[in-house]
Amino acid sequence: MKVEQISIFIENKSGRLAEITRVLGEAGINIRALSLADTSDFGILRLIVNDGAKAATVLKENGFTVSKTEVVAVEVPDRPGGLSTILQTLDQKAINVEYMYAFAERCGGNAVIIFRFDETDKAITTLKAQNFSILDGSRLYNL
Amino acid sequence: MFFNEEFETLPRPALEALQLKRLQSTLERVYANVPFYKASFDAAGVKPSVVTRLEDLQKIPFTTKQDMRDSYPYGLFAAPMDEIVRIHASSGTTGKPTVVGYTQKDISTWSELMARSFVAAGAHKGDIIHNAYGYGLFTGGLGAHYGAERLGASVIPISGGNTKRQIMIMQDFGSTVLTCTPSYSLFMAEEAGAEGIDFKKLKLRVGIFGAEPWSEEMRNEIEKKLNITAIDIYGLSEIMGPGVAIECIEAKRGLHIWEDHFIPEIINPETGERLPEGESGELVITTITKQGIPLIRYRTRDITSLTYEPCVCGRTHARISRMSGRSDDMLIIRGVNVFPSQIEAILVGIEGIEPHYMLIVDRVGTLDTLTVQVEVSEQLFSDEIKVLQVLSRRVEKEIKDMLGVTCTAKLVEPKTIQRSEGKARRVIDNRKL
Repeated sequence: MKVEQISIFIENKSGRLAEITRVLGEAGINIRALSLADTSDFGILRLIVNDGAKAATVLKENGFTVSKTEVVAVEVPDRPGGLSTILQTLDQKAINVEYMYAFAERCGGNAVIIFRFDETDKAITTLKAQNFSILDGSRLYNL
Repeated sequence: MFFNEEFETLPRPALEALQLKRLQSTLERVYANVPFYKASFDAAGVKPSVVTRLEDLQKIPFTTKQDMRDSYPYGLFAAPMDEIVRIHASSGTTGKPTVVGYTQKDISTWSELMARSFVAAGAHKGDIIHNAYGYGLFTGGLGAHYGAERLGASVIPISGGNTKRQIMIMQDFGSTVLTCTPSYSLFMAEEAGAEGIDFKKLKLRVGIFGAEPWSEEMRNEIEKKLNITAIDIYGLSEIMGPGVAIECIEAKRGLHIWEDHFIPEIINPETGERLPEGESGELVITTITKQGIPLIRYRTRDITSLTYEPCVCGRTHARISRMSGRSDDMLIIRGVNVFPSQIEAILVGIEGIEPHYMLIVDRVGTLDTLTVQVEVSEQLFSDEIKVLQVLSRRVEKEIKDMLGVTCTAKLVEPKTIQRSEGKARRVIDNRKL
């Protein structure tokens, strides 16, 4: 039920993002979703790719600091308030969202949001109990 | 003008005779009372009695900051603790400070030498001395304070920080003499300007600046912006504190070192050999009147030169030139002594931090800044921004707590900091001094 995300530390200097995408492109890795969090000094690039293990390996070989994190991909009903109902469900169980970002592709007309929770397993159980659709890796990487 | 005309203008033969007598008695005393010196002299195969002329001082071994650290805290004290009335400390090279103790007579000597220094700088009884050196373990604040009182001037013990209040007090109290680091004086002038206060209209006449390296260009800038005479003062807590040497206002060319209390030498820092007059090398000082912690041939690590040429002011005491650098890697940041090894020790103690780091020192406007670059290792890297921010705040806080210097920690990508090939370069100093 969980999806593997790779995170890369980026120092705030020119050309680093270009370097990462070049390394991934040359290794034939397809980026499916991304989010960039930044401060004045550094940034963290978070990626969902079609081959996380290979992406992590080639990036490390090129001197980047990489970590893998388990995140959850949730289908969001395509209607006003669709995201709100998910967040309310989580809030009632006191589950915190560390960060979230949208997936590039839609799934059967619905949007897909990637969530990083403080309690991943509890979040999955909670969402499934409310009949929200959670995508697993094999489906997501091939959307 | 002199504070103690007899001693400040003592003819050289009389001064040197006095030095020899005081040196011999100091050597006898430390050999008898301080186990470190007995061991050090014995290891070199010398007894205090080998010194029959001043030149013989070269036969005696050096004392280093490392020796002070090994004797932490009181091992080098030559007087019993019930005679020590004051303890100061400066930062050591790995966290433990260097400790010094003063007897009542030491405090009295220090006060007199600082009073002499005030007079040499053009201050006098009736002056209002705004003492913005830090009060505390650091010798600057209390050293200048006691000297000002000995002189009979009015001293404002304002200490450092709170610049707006400093400026208000300087304006309202009519301060005529300012004591602080040279960079802080420029910072105050800037802040005053921002408040609409023209420093040139204050009653300030003289500034006595020390505790950090500065240049003739900076002196010109201070004199122009503050409309004062800027005087260079030298001191170090191991030897005494501020007032070991000072420029005279008459010449402003070299700092008179009070030779009736200290014997200066210049050595080649590599070989330890004494260098002739005028040549640049490491300053070595022997204290010849101190009781609490006399230091024999103490290696200051400050690079300067020495001249015995007569000075227009009439003082017969030798002059050292403006400090041009250090023979070790000590940095002086906003008046605080910082050794890269201290920062390394702090970083090594923080879990997940790689031992690779780079210190970048700069001067932004008039104040020094320290940036500590630390590599992000795989085990400490997180996908969450806040985890990394907590880490850099922790580095900043531990350095502030241990060393008293504010820095900015900057996380950088791994393997981007130069690796050690022999001696790693750990410091980039961009200050134009």
